Amino acid sequence: MTGLLETTAERRARRNRRPASDDRPAWMGRQPHWATAARGGLLTVACLAVIVPFVAVVMTSLAPQRDISARGGLVLFTSDPSLAAYRAVLSGGVVTRALSVSVVVTAVGTVLSLACTIMLAYALSRPGSLLHKPILLMTLFTLLFNPGMIPMYLIVKQLGLIDNLAALILPVVVNAFNVIVMRSFFLELPGELTESAKIDGAGELRILTSVVLPLSKAVVAVVGLFYAVAYWNAFFSALLYLPSPEKWPLQLVLRTFVVNQTPLGTDELSAATESLPPQASIQMAILVMSVIPILIIYPFIQKHFSKGLLIGAVKG
Amino acid sequence: MSSGTKVRPRAGADPVAPAARETRVRGQLAARWHRDRVLLVLAVPGVIVLVLFHYLPLLGNVIAFQDYQPFLGISGSDFVGLSNFSVIFDGDPEFLNALVNTLVITMVQVLFVFPLPIALALVLNSMLNERAKRLTQSILYLPHFLSWVIVVALFQQMFGNGGMLNEWLRSANLGTFQIVGVPELFKLLITSQVIWKDTGWSTIIFLAALSKVDLNLYEAAAIDRAGPLRQLWHVTLPAIRPVIVLLLILRLGDSLTVGFEQILLQQGPVGAQASEVLDTYVYNNGIIGGNWGVSAAVGLVKGVVGVVLVLGANRLAHAMGERGVYSK
Repeated sequence: MTGLLETTAERRARRNRRPASDDRPAWMGRQPHWATAARGGLLTVACLAVIVPFVAVVMTSLAPQRDISARGGLVLFTSDPSLAAYRAVLSGGVVTRALSVSVVVTAVGTVLSLACTIMLAYALSRPGSLLHKPILLMTLFTLLFNPGMIPMYLIVKQLGLIDNLAALILPVVVNAFNVIVMRSFFLELPGELTESAKIDGAGELRILTSVVLPLSKAVVAVVGLFYAVAYWNAFFSALLYLPSPEKWPLQLVLRTFVVNQTPLGTDELSAATESLPPQASIQMAILVMSVIPILIIYPFIQKHFSKGLLIGAVKG
Repeated sequence: MSSGTKVRPRAGADPVAPAARETRVRGQLAARWHRDRVLLVLAVPGVIVLVLFHYLPLLGNVIAFQDYQPFLGISGSDFVGLSNFSVIFDGDPEFLNALVNTLVITMVQVLFVFPLPIALALVLNSMLNERAKRLTQSILYLPHFLSWVIVVALFQQMFGNGGMLNEWLRSANLGTFQIVGVPELFKLLITSQVIWKDTGWSTIIFLAALSKVDLNLYEAAAIDRAGPLRQLWHVTLPAIRPVIVLLLILRLGDSLTVGFEQILLQQGPVGAQASEVLDTYVYNNGIIGGNWGVSAAVGLVKGVVGVVLVLGANRLAHAMGERGVYSK
């Protein structure tokens, strides 16, 4: 132990004699080269583990049968990309329908969820207001105790929502965790702003829309992303509440044809498709389409993570 | 707030006669209603949803004490006392199997999955190049936002029998490595999926805690000739200990919940013996098998135990001098 420490200290002392090329403080010293290399290697491997599967999936969805047969399954590179698989699944049939269901559920659900969450979070952002404590406790308790799958199913059934797309939205329209994150963000906003708006004669609604929301874009973006991703990814609620396959969202279709490997024929695709693209390409095309919306929104929201989420979560 | 009324009437601190106080409280109530009515109206939609889909199902748990028949409904089914709970207390083999699998998976994941984000956060935190750090974070957070269906499909494509790894091994004449659909390796498979999906994202909270560590502490430690290991042990880890304890409590409270969707998607080829956990037991036995009462009973006990575990772990944290999920 001491030996190790001494050598590290000595090495650092030697390195410190070189002119500092960056802005780190003198006491921090320099990391030994092997540590930098090991860290770089580790992080590179971790990033590749995330990226390689995506590259393989995208390439396979574009590849012709020849490349797929040559590689036996997934391909990492194709010299002759074609969009035939996408054309096949998007020209009507099961996948097209599922895609539109997913888009509608995600869009409607996210808007409803954001509206309810913003309103509830704002109502809970005034400690000392009437019924503040009971409503807050009521919201928090839902985080602690999960009512269970069976009673949930029975309630949804009792409300007549079985086989109705609303069953994918209404039960999860308000998520207590998101309410708390947003409320903490609202609480962090300087009280002087709402105070002065009030003096200028603004009512609560006006304060919410003209003062609080414009300052809360970060948290609205992050919470909106959480809701949108949850709706887009919903798989079990659809399995549970939607018995008819024609109402299935994309995730269930993905399970049927990719995870369970049910082959897709001309019946499931549009009947017009004469020569089917390779089965593997079709499967990977479905997979790509289920990932793409997330890949598109993600970079825009990602920059808000630290601001929107952490103020809410860590300080809350 | 703008109105001058006192917000909280303090019981006991008020030497006014009870009747007079009553009228004052009522007057205050009217004033507060007048002041806060917009806030209350705003809360209504959210509250309705929570009541409908959290509190009403809570009452629906009454069927755990019934011989529930779907065509009779909750009001028409007979009450059978605690007989639905006998699977739990008499140790029905299928239930026990699900319980054991759940606990084993929880244990494996607390031991091998929980520390990984802490380690990764420490590595990320030691990166000095801000742009490289941010790019790495963006890449590593991403899998968290993919659904389990996608993750399972990706793992099949990479590691399944016809997947990329095995095709490559075959072409290199190295035999094959089977992990997908093999009962013995099922827990390893789902654990590696959890690691792939959530390790990156879980660093976010540790990184936030790390960014708040006072740099002067490191400087002082360095002046005292503390090397990197000692700085880690005496400065960094104590600084993020409250966060570690908090997340450990939450994880322990979730002991009986392990990757429901993830496991349900992959149960087919490996069978119930290796893969059934409590949540899939409730689904397979209740919704699929029609044993509504028994499944509701298992779900209810699971929920209650979960609450007890969180509160217990929190009390333990308080006893150890930590803040826990909520303060005392």
